Amino acid sequence: MISRLFKFNGGVHPPQHKLASANSPIASVPMPQRLVLPLRQHVGNVSKLQVAVGDRVLKGELLAAADGMISAAVHAPTSGTISAIDEQLIPHASGLPDLCITLEADGEDRWIDHAPVDYRQLPKAEVIARLRDAGVVGLGGAAFPSHVKLREDGRHPVATLILNGAECEPYITCDDRLMRDRAEEIVRGLEIMQYLLGTARCMIGIEDNKPEAAAAMRAACANSAIPIEVVEVPTLYPGGGAKQLIKVLTGLEVPSGRLPTEIGVQCFNVATAYTVHRFVNFGEPVISRVVTVTGNVAHPGNFEVPLGMAIEDLVQVAGGAGDDTNGFIMGGPMMGFSLPSIRVPVVKATNCIIASAPRMFPPQPPALPCIRCTRCADACPVNLQPQELYWFAKSQNLDKARSYNIFDCIECGCCNYVCPSHIPLVQYYRFAKSEIIAQDKAKQAANLARERNEFRLARIEREKQERAAKHAQRAAGAKAESSEADEAKKAAIAAAMERAKAQKAEVAPKNTEDLPAAAQAEVAAIEARRAEAAAAKPPTDSLKQEKQENG
Amino acid sequence: MSAPPYITGNTTVSAIMFKVLLALVPGVAAYVWMFGSGILITLALASVTALASEALMLKLRRRPVWPFLSDNSALVTGWLLALALPPLAPWWLVVIGTLFAIVVAKQLYGGLGYNPFNPAMIGYAVLLISFPVIMTQWPAPLELAQAKLSFGDQLAYIFGRVLPAGVQLDAISTATPLDYLKTQLKLEHTMAEIRQAPVFGVIGAKGSEVVAGAYLLGGLYLVQQRIITWHIPVAFIGGLAAISGFFHVIDPQHYASPAFHLFGGAAMLGAFFIATDPVSGPTTPKGKLIFAGSIGVLTWVIRAYGGYPDGVAFAVLLMNLCVPLIDAYTQPRVFGHGKT
Repeated sequence: MISRLFKFNGGVHPPQHKLASANSPIASVPMPQRLVLPLRQHVGNVSKLQVAVGDRVLKGELLAAADGMISAAVHAPTSGTISAIDEQLIPHASGLPDLCITLEADGEDRWIDHAPVDYRQLPKAEVIARLRDAGVVGLGGAAFPSHVKLREDGRHPVATLILNGAECEPYITCDDRLMRDRAEEIVRGLEIMQYLLGTARCMIGIEDNKPEAAAAMRAACANSAIPIEVVEVPTLYPGGGAKQLIKVLTGLEVPSGRLPTEIGVQCFNVATAYTVHRFVNFGEPVISRVVTVTGNVAHPGNFEVPLGMAIEDLVQVAGGAGDDTNGFIMGGPMMGFSLPSIRVPVVKATNCIIASAPRMFPPQPPALPCIRCTRCADACPVNLQPQELYWFAKSQNLDKARSYNIFDCIECGCCNYVCPSHIPLVQYYRFAKSEIIAQDKAKQAANLARERNEFRLARIEREKQERAAKHAQRAAGAKAESSEADEAKKAAIAAAMERAKAQKAEVAPKNTEDLPAAAQAEVAAIEARRAEAAAAKPPTDSLKQEKQENG
Repeated sequence: MSAPPYITGNTTVSAIMFKVLLALVPGVAAYVWMFGSGILITLALASVTALASEALMLKLRRRPVWPFLSDNSALVTGWLLALALPPLAPWWLVVIGTLFAIVVAKQLYGGLGYNPFNPAMIGYAVLLISFPVIMTQWPAPLELAQAKLSFGDQLAYIFGRVLPAGVQLDAISTATPLDYLKTQLKLEHTMAEIRQAPVFGVIGAKGSEVVAGAYLLGGLYLVQQRIITWHIPVAFIGGLAAISGFFHVIDPQHYASPAFHLFGGAAMLGAFFIATDPVSGPTTPKGKLIFAGSIGVLTWVIRAYGGYPDGVAFAVLLMNLCVPLIDAYTQPRVFGHGKT
């Protein structure tokens, strides 16, 4: 069962800091009074609301349904009443609020009727649709809807199914603990995934700093009906990145911008397999997850947390944060982000909460110039030239940045980690990427506008010619009516001038400055509505507008 | 608490440069042992000039002085230049060379990280072109010198060009082995005859071969510490050894052996300390091999056919010119691109 391992370029060995929480078995937390469930907890379309304020719901009841293929459902983690549906702060780096359902727990924790899914008797498509409706998403942190990855697309048979138990980020231990405490359940989930994908080979990749987890998984796999290889991979950040793990285990590289299925591989987090098992074998949708709470807290540990629980309360369960806490990170210290507030809910992507103190993450010294030492290039797992990308990003040479494959950057932070000049490289790359995307969008919009304008000009020209032809016909028919034709011409000119004036007025500042405040406010409100309408459906609206203008 | 990653390693530019200085210590010690303590005066002069001119330029350019002064890069430039100069060079020569290296080649181009050419080698080239006589007047190794100068004598000579009574310049100086080799070959002497001269040592030149060995030692420390990668020293030494070996095999009477080329001049200093300057060198692994291999070849060409005592400085500067091109054409394959 020992397979040959492969290497990816670079990688770093940051201090682990996993011991603080790794030895605490998964503990449950008291059900909070109030749960806040964002509708957007996954990659893809926002889920569609299925409840209204005041509704009573049971534990596991659907609150919002998946909207389209790439989407996932949201369920009630306990029984209670919907008290609000409004915008609230969510755990996102942007710090922007998003639509959330607030659920007041009734304390009864009463389940909705639920039953196992007899997945071998149902068509696979039906099982996959149910997984979507059960809210199963990747729990490694990306929260990509899992059912999308379990479909057989017909073109690419998946030969190898990989479970990712690498957990390469420092501090995080939720997967480690899940593998130690619930190995059998993970393997049950893997068996279902293997059945759905029809893969021949199953592997579980675990970094070799988690020998207990590997042993537990091996023991569980020994009881499985299917052959599963448990492979210990070298501890090397970011060895838990899906593409990196696939390379290490199989030697295959996922082509740039493509999906792993194209090389016959599919990769899921171990916790995702666990939720597949809970749903298929017990009928339980995804309403909780294991979260590591560590760092500057009194009792670091791993907790099974109902989704929607305030992180503030979760930190209290872990004994509260130390006095010198200066922030909270969601995720790991390499790729996680600083929470905008601690009063945000735990979501499906919340794998770890780190209470940070200045002594843990001291502020960076001021950045020095790049000395081209190429430590970053040596550390880059994607084999990019970060020093060149930095230069291009800094000088806003965006085309160059693109041609040096900036979009292959996975923002793992290795370059940043090793930089002796302490340059915040990842921030430069993020900036460059967003600038390029914005430019592309602007270019697209400009192209669309140009096409539309060309079409309009062509039509005006055609209409003019048609009119001219008509006039010529008429003139030929009855010369006596020539004065009338003149009239028509004049009218056409007048109309054209009117149109030009109207157009000008739209461009020029409006003469509403002198109006009283109330009238001005009204004008502003109308403007805002107009802008809103235009923003909502720009193409059709502007087309309509054009039609009116020329009609 | 701003943006990830929140943790970083503890390498700093200052520490990297300090390790380069540390790696030069064995070479300096060997220098003192073989050629006398005069080099220490030159090093001190270059250090003071480098730091003072760097500070002044930072001030004039309105840049923070301390963060840059403490990065140790000016000291590295000063030391490398000092080690390339004749040890008993007059004080003003050291000062002019260092000033040019720091002020023009480094700071006027934008300071740390922005210089397209190796500053120390620019300083060296300026001096070599401007003051060729002094630049080729090397003190004889102590075991060959007819007169030995005390530390005070050397101080007096460096600052006042005064020799102790009764000591002639010839008694303490000599042509470098590379120079000697060149002139003797022009006089149509064969290698076997030339090699009999006292300036030649076991494999390279007397005295310098020990210093070169010490540089090699320091260089290996840099590789071990991952301050530099193996690419540049290996390609430099490989390039120089390959071309000198090729001609030596064809015509051993007119071409010196690879060992002589490697241990008879500045090759070791160049391979581990000068060509490895990251700022003015290429960044891709393949590029480093091309860059340093070419320096090795060019060094030999300049030594064999050029009019200068050594070829390392010009070879490095010429290849510095090619760096953008080399980098552009040696981009490594990115993960998921090309073959899978």
